[in-house]
This record gives sequence, structure tokens and C-alpha cells, in this order.
Amino acid sequence: MDATDPTDRTPDEPRPTTDDASTPAPEAVQPAAAVVDERAPKHLVVVGGGMVAQRLVEAMRDRDAAGEWRITVLAEEPRAPYDRVALTSYFSGRHPEDLALGTPELWADPLVRLVRGDAVTAIDREARTVTSTSGRVEHYDHLVLATGSKAAMPPIEGNDLPGVFVYRTVDDVAELRGWVEEQRERWSRPVRGAVIGGGLLGLEAAGALQALGAQSTVVQFGTHLMSAQIDLGGGEALRRLINSLGVGVRLNTATTRMRTNRRGTVGRLDFADGGRLDVDVVVVATGVTPRDELGRAAGLEVGPRGGVVVDDACRTADPFISAAGEVACIQGACIGLVAPGYAMAEIVVDRLLGGAATFPGADTATKLKLSGVDVASFGDAFAVTPGALEIVWADPVGGVYKKLVLSDDARTLLGGVLVGDASAYASLRPMLGRELPGDPGQYLLPEGGGGGGAALELPDDAAVCSCNNVTAGTVRGAVTEHGCTDLGAVKACTRAGTSCGSCLPLVKKLVTTELEKSGITVSKALCEHFDLSRAQLYDAVRVTQLRSFTDVLARFGTRPGARGCDICKPVVASILSTTAPGHVLEGERATLQDTNDHVMANLQKDGSYSVVPRIAGGEITPEGLLVIGQVAKDFGLYTKITGGQRIDMFGARIDQLPAIWKRLVDAGMESGHAYGKSLRTVKSCVGSTWCRFGVQDSVALAVQLELRYRGLRSPHKIKLGVSGCARECAEARGKDVGVIATDKGWNVYVGGNGGFTPRHAQLLAEDLDTETLVRTIDRFLMYYVRTADRLQRTAPWMEDVEGGLEGVRAVIMDDSLGIAADLDAQMALHVESYEDEWAATLADPEKLRRFASFVNAPETPDPSLAYVAERGQARPATAEEKNGYDDGRSGAVLVAGTTLEVRS
Amino acid sequence: MTAAQVEDLVADGELTWVDVCRLDDLAPERGAAALVGAEQVALVRLLDDRVLAVQQLDPFCGAYVMSRGIVGTRTVDGADVPTVASPMYKQVFDLTTGRCLDAVGKEPVDLRTWPVRVVAGSVQVGVAAGSVAVGGAG
Repeated sequence: MDATDPTDRTPDEPRPTTDDASTPAPEAVQPAAAVVDERAPKHLVVVGGGMVAQRLVEAMRDRDAAGEWRITVLAEEPRAPYDRVALTSYFSGRHPEDLALGTPELWADPLVRLVRGDAVTAIDREARTVTSTSGRVEHYDHLVLATGSKAAMPPIEGNDLPGVFVYRTVDDVAELRGWVEEQRERWSRPVRGAVIGGGLLGLEAAGALQALGAQSTVVQFGTHLMSAQIDLGGGEALRRLINSLGVGVRLNTATTRMRTNRRGTVGRLDFADGGRLDVDVVVVATGVTPRDELGRAAGLEVGPRGGVVVDDACRTADPFISAAGEVACIQGACIGLVAPGYAMAEIVVDRLLGGAATFPGADTATKLKLSGVDVASFGDAFAVTPGALEIVWADPVGGVYKKLVLSDDARTLLGGVLVGDASAYASLRPMLGRELPGDPGQYLLPEGGGGGGAALELPDDAAVCSCNNVTAGTVRGAVTEHGCTDLGAVKACTRAGTSCGSCLPLVKKLVTTELEKSGITVSKALCEHFDLSRAQLYDAVRVTQLRSFTDVLARFGTRPGARGCDICKPVVASILSTTAPGHVLEGERATLQDTNDHVMANLQKDGSYSVVPRIAGGEITPEGLLVIGQVAKDFGLYTKITGGQRIDMFGARIDQLPAIWKRLVDAGMESGHAYGKSLRTVKSCVGSTWCRFGVQDSVALAVQLELRYRGLRSPHKIKLGVSGCARECAEARGKDVGVIATDKGWNVYVGGNGGFTPRHAQLLAEDLDTETLVRTIDRFLMYYVRTADRLQRTAPWMEDVEGGLEGVRAVIMDDSLGIAADLDAQMALHVESYEDEWAATLADPEKLRRFASFVNAPETPDPSLAYVAERGQARPATAEEKNGYDDGRSGAVLVAGTTLEVRS
Repeated sequence: MTAAQVEDLVADGELTWVDVCRLDDLAPERGAAALVGAEQVALVRLLDDRVLAVQQLDPFCGAYVMSRGIVGTRTVDGADVPTVASPMYKQVFDLTTGRCLDAVGKEPVDLRTWPVRVVAGSVQVGVAAGSVAVGGAG
């Protein structure tokens, strides 16, 4: 915890969202190591620090177990390689660091050196050295050019005006974002944007402009959108979809000039047909040009349309130089996609280690990553194979266009275009070049026709994940040979679906099928008493309005004579607490609770409990501190500050709990629910009331939120955090719901977890006012409470929600399921029916009987409890300390611990 | 032990019934700890007012907590047997025999059981004659 003290960060400390501060200032120039010790590793120099370079280093470190090669990566950009493919997601809230590729350990490997912010300027092929901007000279045993591409800038007059952007790097995207935000401030109307170029990247850029709140128009020179990937029919369907998102489209339009406004920034586009368009921002996305200037200058052959020419082994004519990725002109062309680039990286590594891999030809399959628009293209999408047949299914009303390209006997799949509904993409793509079983037309029809791929049994060698080159066989093997039992384990084991993620539905299906075959039940049944999953049971109980476990068991249980178990009982208790609120110990509900909820304290290893009163938002008065201190002292309790900004008192016997709580409740305190699968805490920094840097009152909001959601029972514990500024001292992004103050309101992040699998929360919405923020959190939490699995925290739950973060956003922000009002009402019921469980218990002698140490000796403490002193406090004695040691030494001196006399 | 076996032991003078508490002192489908002599016993009252007794010591964690576990049932050989799950590490035991039904990955250890009967609303635990309780102050 404890970045809460504002004084522990200096004002000039860089904001946490920027890149790694350990960026080396270019190191002192090292002399070229011309003579190399025979046993020393050979030196591989990689020019360029993009995705392909990252993959190359990763592959080398995976495969070069003997340490034959050490690697230096010279990167022009000031950051470690990042996921350029996911660049657009930067707008939907991912931070630059979320785009990081691979594990940081890769760059800590002693055989790997990453030099950032230092571009290579020349290659000396004679001396086998490269020279960089900073004057660094590196000798290489082998050199790989992985310089990628730069965004092409067509020679249109005015293309250098302020307000004209390209779309290639994190910096481009950050500048674009800054510009649009600045324009938004300046004008009292929506910002007008245009994107020149209607290809994959252009459409993503248009989506990005929209996400920033700007209007956008796509200006396409050709006859239809995405003309490199899809045919005219698909393009027309796509135009309608893009229009329906509110993005304008101009086809067959050449831009002749970009003109300034009065401020000297871009203000208007002139077109060849005489038309014009007023703009405040322009994104140029007309394609990319390979960064082949180093190769050219070094005298390496370049292709007719640029790119360093390489053979199928990715080698240039110089045996000491290879090229990989977008800069490589392979089989006559440069390929601007990441999957072939990864393949080339693997080939280079294989060759350096003595292998004989060759480039199999590019998989040019693409999928548009734009929310609400589903487009995929794969294989021979234009049916150029001689004799190819096309099967087309179009539904202009539904906005769907699908085409399969088949061999002349209509059996072998050659390619396809899917617009409006690309759900069949993941299962069709691996079938490329293979015979489709059954009538090909069935794969195009919506629902029930096998379009989802259920009918397809993929051969083991079919590539499922082309980013990481994982076959169906490898995925199956992860289940059958490596014992993976869920999607997460398979991802970790095979890397399938870890890059672009488009194959995940297919991977999931393969895993499920394989698990079922191995006889592993993937049934979501809760336990032997209920065939339903927790989410199904929740809905069933909510709809039927049942109020007791007995009724739920009778209605939905598997066997009438059974009485539930330690799995289903707490689940039903948790469900009933939000569908039919009532005290945890009310009637039959008391029998459903785990011991923690049953005695409203946390069971510790020796059978004693710990007690945590609520300290909302971590704010406590000196009087409150004195009360807790005095109670702990009087009952001999061990005290420790928790991670959630409150105080835990340990070593309370079950029979002491009511007396302890009497004191706490009398002093105005209430249960902190530290024992429940429920809201735990809302952690906050000190906020704008005291902090020099705070922009909002984070403590007030944290207190408000904690008091709103206190006692909310959920599938697992829930933690919230509120930070008063972007310095994020409350570590809110590690919480299930994190709120971070902005100048204009609050940004809300969801799905962060600490624990075994730490996860950063993802941005759900920006600049909300407090009322909207609270409503948004209400819905998020209630949707989670309703639909998550037992003991599933928010991060894995969001992965399971169809559509992930987008899916959650659609439900709670856009009300796509029409349940928002229902969620609101349910949360209102929770807030209204809250009561302090401990105060209610103390007022009911019947409930207090549960706290007797022994039913026949309620005042006799458990004689087995024993404590020793350590650092001035009590801790449970070990078995040896209690009973003496094996060697005959007697045990430690026991202290009274929790059995001290209590002041009356 | 069957009821008949228990009665045989009583008849032979090897077992003595000790009053522990009233049936009303026990909440249905929840356990309660009791002192029987110096012994800590977990009493569990089922929905049909049957009372079962197992050791209060959880053999897997060494703490005296078994009475605080969740009571339920589990299918064993086609029949539903009453169970208690350890509140500490969730091992599941058959309340009638003490047998460990789910050791949660550990070596199974069974619980000791005691015969129990309810006479005129009074819960009695059968203990070996000679170890007659002194602590049960009911």
C-alpha cells in the first residue's frame, strides 16, 4: 500500500503512464570488437525495435539454449517493442504500457541488450559494423534489418500543415489525441476530422477519431473501402456499416489540396471533382513505405516498389545480413502484416542456429479491428485462381455480405470475404486449401447452418493462430499431453491467441471439445446438488423470487433428499443476499454461511478470528484510532494495518466476538465485511483537500462509494480505489473498480486484480461526473454479481463476458441487453436494505447464542489456544512451543494473549 | 457403530451416557462445540433432529474448529450421507462414520465419532465407562 502519502513522490517525477524511465542515455561509444574469442557468443545485431524484432529476440532466447548468440537491438523509438497492431486500442483506454509485448524478463536476459532511442545511420559491410545517431559503433557477426515501414505521405499540397497526422506509432497516436482534444476546447462545435485512405488502417483511424468525439469522413481514392482485401460487393456492404456508425464515406475521390484556416492549421480539403470538406484534423492512412534506406545506402538490392530483397531464407545477397518484416521484399513484395513478419523472424533464427526453414508464402488473412464492424478477408479473396468459383450470400438489410472462393470442383476452400458477420472466420481460415466437408453454402448461412464452425473438425496441422503459428494439433496437445484444463492454461502453454486474439473463439472451442473427449467435465454445474452454473442459478432464483435455500433446492436441485454442501450453500446465500436481502444469520440463511460469515470475523490458522471495523476510504478520526487501540489492548489482540487502509485485530476467540463488537458498535463503528465475499474497501489517496497535486476530492468519493456498496455480497471479494490525480497513489488500477480524477471529472477503470494473477484495470469511461460515475459502477458491480462464476474475480469474468471489455461496456453504458434499469433498481434495493450486521446481531439474543465457545460451557475458552510474545505482541504458539520439543526441551513461555482480564 | 452395538456396550457397562445440552441449544444444520469431560466434541443437529458427534479437532490443521464447518450431504454409494466440511481447508467428512470423503489433495485422516442419543429433549453422548465427564455443566 502506501503510496498514499503525497510527500513520497516528487513533483517532477514523470507521470507513470510514460515509458520506462530506465531508458539509457546512449551509452559511451564502444570500440568495435573486431577480434572475438572463439568461445564467446557471436553477436547478432537487430536494427529496429518493432514487433518483428521482439519476436526474433524471443525466438532466439527460446531456442538458443547453448547461448551461441548474444543480441543487441537498436531501436529508433524511445520504448521497448509494443503491439502496433493494437494501436487503436490506445483510444479505448489502454495505456502505452499495456501495449508492451512479451515479458519484461526478456530484456533483462544477459544475452539481450535493448538500446532505445538510438537509430542506426549506416552499415559498413566490409568492417561488419553499424553506426548509430549517438555515434555508437557495433560490430556484428550477423545483422538483421527489421526497420519496418513508415507511413506513406502522398505528395498533396499542404500535407505538412499543423493538424495533419499519420497513424503508425504510439507517438503519432498520442499527438493526434492531443490535437483533437485541443481542437475540442477551441471550437464550440464537434471537431471535424477526415481520414485520407479507406483501407484497414484508415477505417481504424476513423474509428479512433470517433472515439475521441470527433466527426469523421473517410476519403477513398478507389471504388470501395478496403479495396486491397475485399471485393466490390463486400466494399458496398462495408460502406453501409461504416455509415451506420456515423462515419461519412467519399469514394472515387482524389484529394488535391489541404488548405489552411485563419489560424494557419489545416482547415479544408479540396477534391479533384471540385468538392471540398471543412476539417480541423486530417489523418493520412494511404499505405506504408518500407524503411529500406539503410539497405539502399549499403548497396543491397531493393525491390521495384522498395524493400530489401531477400530469398526464402530471409537472406540478402550479403551472407551476413538478413531482413525480416515489412522492410523485407520477399517473393517479390513487401508484406504489411504482422503474421508473415513473425514467420520471417522465426526463419532468421532457425537459419542462424543451423536450420533450413524457408518462407512458406504469406498468410494475408486480415480482420478489421473496429468496434461494431466485422470484416474479414483471407486467402484468394478476389478469386484470381484459374477456374475459381465464388459463392456469395448477401443480406443488404442486415448489412451482411459473405463470399467463399472455392476450387473449380467447388470443394476446396481458396479464400473468402466476410462483412457484417465474420463469426465463421476463425474456423474457416484454417481450412484454407482443404476440402470443406458438406455443402459449402452452409458456412455462409446465418445460425444453424454450421456457420459458427461447429461442423468443422480441423486437421491437426491446420494453423489456428497465425500470429504465433500454433496448429490445432498443438492446442489439442496442450489438453491431452500437458494437462491444461482451461483456456487460460492453453494460452500460456501454446501462446495461441496471445497476440491479436482473433482466433480465441476457435481455440476455446478446440479446448472444450478436447476436454470433453478426455472425459473431463467442462460442465459449469456448481456441485452435485445443482446442475446449473452460478450465473444460471442466479437468474433462476431472481426470476422465481425464491427466498430460502430449501425452496431453491427443491425447485432447482438435483435430488430432493440432499441438503447441499460447502460449495452450493454459500453460493445460494450470496445470491439471496442481493435478490432477497436479509441478515446473514436470519433463519435458515445462518446454515448456509461459511464460518467467516457465520460469526462475521475472519478465521485464522489456530481457530481464533480477526476483527476489522469499517474505516471507509481509509479515513479515521483520532478518537476512532483510540477506540480500536483500546479494544485491542483490552482483549490482548495483535494489530496490523491491512492492505485496504484499515486495522485488523487478530486473536479474538469466538466467544469474545460479541463483547469486542459491543465496544466497537457503541463507539459508532460498524462491520467492515473483511470476512465476506463482498465489498471490502475503497482505498483512496488523500486527494485535493490536502495534496498539492490532487485535482478532485478522492477521499470524499471513496467514502461515498464505500458506504454505498458496503455489505454487497458478490461471487468473490471486491475492492475499489479512488485516486485524486493521474499520479495514482491509491493504486486504483489494481482494483476491481478504479477511479482516477481528471480535470473534468472521473475516469473509471474496471477488472483490475491483485492476488495470484495481477491485472491492470481497463478504462471503461472517461471524464464522468459523479452521478454518472456512481450509476456506471452500480451497473458494473451488479452485472458482475449476477453473471460471474463462483469465486471468479472481475478480471477473468470480463474475459468470459462475450465481447470482453466492449461487451461489458455495451451492457452497462449502452444498455444493449435492456437490463440497465433492472440493475439500477437492484442496486437501489441493496443500498436501501443495508444494515450493520453486527449491530443487528448484538440486538438479538437468539443470534448471540452462536458465539458460545462450548454449548455446555459458554464462558470457557478453548483450552488449546496459546500465544507467545513477539515484537511486543501476541502470536499463536507453534506446536513445539505448546507441547515441548522432540529433544526434550520444554516449550516456550506462553503469554495470556487473548485471555487477559477485560475491563468492564 | 450401529444403535444395537451401542446398546450392547451400555448393557456390558462399557459405555455411559453423559448429558451434554438440550436439543434446543443446538441450531439445525449447524455444529456446536461441547466439552465432554476434557474432550472437545463437535455436535451437529440435522434437519430431522438427529444429533451426531465427531471430534472438534480438525486433523488437517490442528485447530479445534470442526463444529464451525458447513453441514450438508454427499452421495456415497448412491445414498446421501450427512457431511461436515472443515472451515479451515475444506476437507469433507462423513458425520456418521467420521470417514474423510475428500482430503483435498492430502492423505485422508478420519474423525473420531461418538454415539449420541436424545432423551426427553436432552442430548446425551456415549463415552467409555470410567472416563465419565466432569466438565459438562449443561
